Amino acid sequence: MSSSEITARVLNPGKAAGEVMLLDEPLSFWGGFDAQTGIIVDQHHPQRGSCVAGRFLILPESRGSAGTPAGIAEAIRRGVGPVAIALGKADVNVAVGAMVAAALYGVEIPVLVMDDADRAGLRSGDRVEADRDGRLRITAAEYG
Amino acid sequence: MSEIEGLQLDDRDRALLDGAEGEAMSLAMRVVLRAAEITGASSLQDICFAHIDACFYNGQAHVDFARFMVDKGARLAVPTWTNTSLVSQVDTEIRPEKNDPVVVSGARLLMELYEQLGCEPVWTCAPYQLPGRPSLGDHIVGSESNAVTFYNSVVGARTNKYGDYLDVCAALVGRVPFSGLHTDEGRRGRLLFTLDAIPWELRHEDIFHHVLGHRLGRVAQSQVPVIQGLPPDSNEDQLKAISAAAAASGAVGLFHAVGVTPEAPDLASAFQGVEPEAEIGITPAELIEARDSLSMGGGGRLDMVAIGTPHFSFTEFARLVPLMDGRRVHDGTLFYVSTSRHVYALIEEQGWTAILHAAGVRVVVDTCTYFTPAVRGCRGRVMTNSAKWAYYAPGLLAVESVFGTLEECVESAVRGEVWRDDRLWRNNTWGARA
Repeated sequence: MSSSEITARVLNPGKAAGEVMLLDEPLSFWGGFDAQTGIIVDQHHPQRGSCVAGRFLILPESRGSAGTPAGIAEAIRRGVGPVAIALGKADVNVAVGAMVAAALYGVEIPVLVMDDADRAGLRSGDRVEADRDGRLRITAAEYG
Repeated sequence: MSEIEGLQLDDRDRALLDGAEGEAMSLAMRVVLRAAEITGASSLQDICFAHIDACFYNGQAHVDFARFMVDKGARLAVPTWTNTSLVSQVDTEIRPEKNDPVVVSGARLLMELYEQLGCEPVWTCAPYQLPGRPSLGDHIVGSESNAVTFYNSVVGARTNKYGDYLDVCAALVGRVPFSGLHTDEGRRGRLLFTLDAIPWELRHEDIFHHVLGHRLGRVAQSQVPVIQGLPPDSNEDQLKAISAAAAASGAVGLFHAVGVTPEAPDLASAFQGVEPEAEIGITPAELIEARDSLSMGGGGRLDMVAIGTPHFSFTEFARLVPLMDGRRVHDGTLFYVSTSRHVYALIEEQGWTAILHAAGVRVVVDTCTYFTPAVRGCRGRVMTNSAKWAYYAPGLLAVESVFGTLEECVESAVRGEVWRDDRLWRNNTWGARA
């Protein structure tokens, strides 16, 4: 089992550990995502039908929508949110959603920005542990 | 003054952050500062007005957030107006509570909470149609996409598109990160769109503005477009159509129209003396393609007409009323117009609501037909004069949208089937060879 360490920029701090779910395309957390179930519902999304609950969610970016923070906060409230969100670029809406959820519900979900190169090295199923300062320890999944 | 991560804070910012005005105001300040850090703003900018979207029900978290702010004694720093709601407070029949009790009661509660917080309950996506709008150069908070684009482009007030919670937090502290469309640099035109190939007569037709906005959004995405060739007498309803369509199909938060909008008296001003990054001639073929992409099906029986997205203005009612006067919507067809309470009161004074009612037209306030799926009969083939409605509704409701002019919507509603004004659909009207 190989493990490595990388550092990500912190948009919202939190400690988390979970299995990676890697999204191939941007996701709208409002409209493309069901905050009641944590399931991706965007008809055009390659991971449609997947559930983000409990996963270390890694995606290129969120599709801009004023409703993004609500989608994230509502999923966290219902316990169907990801344990962490790492994006390819900084995103105020995602960070604010996680921040408000932390204030209202006491659940801290790290929101991070990861280099493209670091993102490219990850696979769904890898295990990631995140510290509050953005240090990530990655344990690669075993492939048979 | 003290600094956080390179950001200048004054004594009040610091006091809010430290909880001098309670935990809600501290959260609001932290959210604004976090947004500033993320966007790389070097300072905060005072605002004088806000139009918030977090009052649009989007799950229980929305209610919890508003309740937290009210319970912890948060106070608004600036006049704050509300966007449309998911439900109408005035007309409870549009979306009966029994059909969807959690959502409807949540949406009602949310409206009450924002009123308690001190918001002006205007419940409209076209707040710029109401008296007391901001002025050229004012820094404000906008959130709903068409309103952001209209305020920036037509009024010349300055706002980014603020998402849920950040809109409210900024209204509470009265400050926003100084970045993006708040800065001169962010407002500089980038792309020049010319209309030389488009007939002058067409440029006066309302349908043209919807279609142009739709095309503009798709091409410009989030870059600031400058349009050259709009008639100098283009009215605010037409500029509203461009704003709404361009913000829906792309992410246009600001456009300039040379000789029309306040920051573009001439081409050089729109580009702040810098060369355009690209010059794009709008072609008849592109407009025809954009026009046709807004209709899903062809003709036939019509189930509903939905107009007023964004909210219908007084001047739009002034056009609709004579078209409907003495006529009657077909038995098998419904006709809805979405507007604000304010405009409703104005048309009632004119006696127009009675005329519309007699004609079988239903006027909806506080909300909009495209996210009020329980509007009676909103299914099947629906005709609209709004590019924005035509663009969004098929994804939100089980409808087949048909895009046309106001006159076509009225005539079709009376006949109960889609009617086309052939003159407007001939390709040579749009500048193409027949």
